[in-house]
Amino acid sequence: MASITAPTVAMQPKSRPAIGWLLHDGMVVAKRNLIQTVRVPEAIFFSLVQPVIFVLMFAYVFGGAIPIPGADPDAGAQAYREFLVPGIFGQTVAFAAASSTVGLAEDLHKGIIDRFRSLPMAPGAVLFGRTAADALRQILVLVVLSLTGLVVGWRIHNGALSAIGAYALLVLFAYTVAWVGAWVGLHMPNPETASTAGLIWIFPLTFLSNAFVPLAGMPPVIKTIAEWNPVSSLCLACRELFGNPTGEPPGGWNVWSLDHAALYTVLSCVVVIAIFSALAVRTYRRSTG
Amino acid sequence: MTPSTADAAIHAEGLVKHFGDVKAVDGLDLTVPYGTVVGLLGPNGAGKTTTVRILATLLRADAGHATVAGIDVASKPDAVRRSIGLTGQYAAIDEYLTGRENLDMVGRLYHLPSAYVKKRADELLERFALSDAADRPAKTYSGGMRRRLDLSASLMATPAILFLDEPTTGLDPRSRLQMWEVINDLVADGTTVLLTTQYLEEADQLAQDIVVIDRGKVIAHGTSDELKTQVGGDRLEIVVTAGSELGAAAASLRAVSDGDATIDDDTRRVTAPVSGGSTVLVDAVRSLDAAGIKIDDLVLRRPTLDDVFLTLTGHAAEEVAAPAPTTGRRRGRKEA
Repeated sequence: MASITAPTVAMQPKSRPAIGWLLHDGMVVAKRNLIQTVRVPEAIFFSLVQPVIFVLMFAYVFGGAIPIPGADPDAGAQAYREFLVPGIFGQTVAFAAASSTVGLAEDLHKGIIDRFRSLPMAPGAVLFGRTAADALRQILVLVVLSLTGLVVGWRIHNGALSAIGAYALLVLFAYTVAWVGAWVGLHMPNPETASTAGLIWIFPLTFLSNAFVPLAGMPPVIKTIAEWNPVSSLCLACRELFGNPTGEPPGGWNVWSLDHAALYTVLSCVVVIAIFSALAVRTYRRSTG
Repeated sequence: MTPSTADAAIHAEGLVKHFGDVKAVDGLDLTVPYGTVVGLLGPNGAGKTTTVRILATLLRADAGHATVAGIDVASKPDAVRRSIGLTGQYAAIDEYLTGRENLDMVGRLYHLPSAYVKKRADELLERFALSDAADRPAKTYSGGMRRRLDLSASLMATPAILFLDEPTTGLDPRSRLQMWEVINDLVADGTTVLLTTQYLEEADQLAQDIVVIDRGKVIAHGTSDELKTQVGGDRLEIVVTAGSELGAAAASLRAVSDGDATIDDDTRRVTAPVSGGSTVLVDAVRSLDAAGIKIDDLVLRRPTLDDVFLTLTGHAAEEVAAPAPTTGRRRGRKEA
């Protein structure tokens, strides 16, 4: 049947340098993952419900009970709410890893990774596309969360440029944990395990930090862990950039990671991306060599 | 098969693949000349899928050597991928994308020019009767439509060599017939096809050469006629009313059959290889009547995969213990 095999227009594959194909193929895959988001709006809706509930719950339940070091004592619950909202941002973007883990486990399970592997595409593209889409999706989540924050009394005090810087850090962090999530997802035996066991590490990552409470009250060992947890530096950097209460004790942080919060966050992201993108691409390729 | 190996579309020698303790493929040799269809026939766990996955560059063999389109699959997987299309056991399509978006994505990942991708997708959607559903998410497709879309995706780059791994497993009879028609069209156009199937009838319909594999080894190959001759024509199957008469029934069938009858106590069934068409039925009824054996059922049928296996290996197809490496778990893990 001529219509099946005889090409009617030029079909010679295009030629392009390897890095160009990686970008091209990564974008094709990212587009696919973003279309999924649009087609399954309930998935993104429910991924928003949890952080929105957190904002409301923490803001109104714990609000008055958690004093923020360095904040105006008269501000009370209002100070906590402004402290809290960037913390919820940090916690939420850390969960970008979840969609990478579960998404890749599902793709493996459904055989679509086999399809990709049988194509002459750039080997890392499936992972680059997946992590990029998962990070981009967080922009929408951050918009909704920011609106919720405004409702409970959170404000941006330092102008648009600083705020853009804070959002950029958050998206970079989402992209970083997406790579860790991708690596985890490639090791999951099935989507069910991925959506439970594959996400366990995210909880200590976000709770052993200053996302919800100031570091000052933490026991020594936990405090040290939290001080060096990039989630803490991310939340602190955002608080500084937004001009929100930071919870800095009167004597200062006295720890490099928090004295240079934005820099430490960016460095951590670069290192983690370098390590986990290499690991994940290796795992993805290993069978085919 | 006459192995003129140098210019074969697919050639494999001594392929071995382990999954832990299980030897999924155990010294398999295979040659598929250009323009032919070879059917890889075997039960679940025989090593069919593993073999296809090695040849399609999804898995690395532990030992052995294979070329596809004359290119070594282990050392130049990317070059092989440019020449092949693969349709697996599960429709590997994205169910949230529409049919057209799925084909567009695959075409772009083959690095084909945009204009060609668009045109080709339209052609394939039209050819596979998916035009009306082209802009609906694939989630809404029936099983048969998903398989056709999956096959269309494999054909985006017009590959010279196509791997079809159990292309009709799980399809209803009508969709199966549609798939057969589509595959036959491809073959008529000169596409080389390696097809795996559990159904002798399917191999018979589609393949010129059939390679029967069991426990990772080739146990027979030849044309469908050659195999059937080897297996011995048709099968006569009777179900006796009283289980106590099974032995007597088997004995009385000996007069009309070509070989020993097999007895299944649980189903009170006696199966015997026969030849000579429907006259055998008459002879069998006479013979059973003369022996005073009452029967509930009497059937003359074509040999099935079970019969092939029983004849060639002495064990039934279902008894094979090794699980097929087809689950997500194996896909995701065992290869790593």
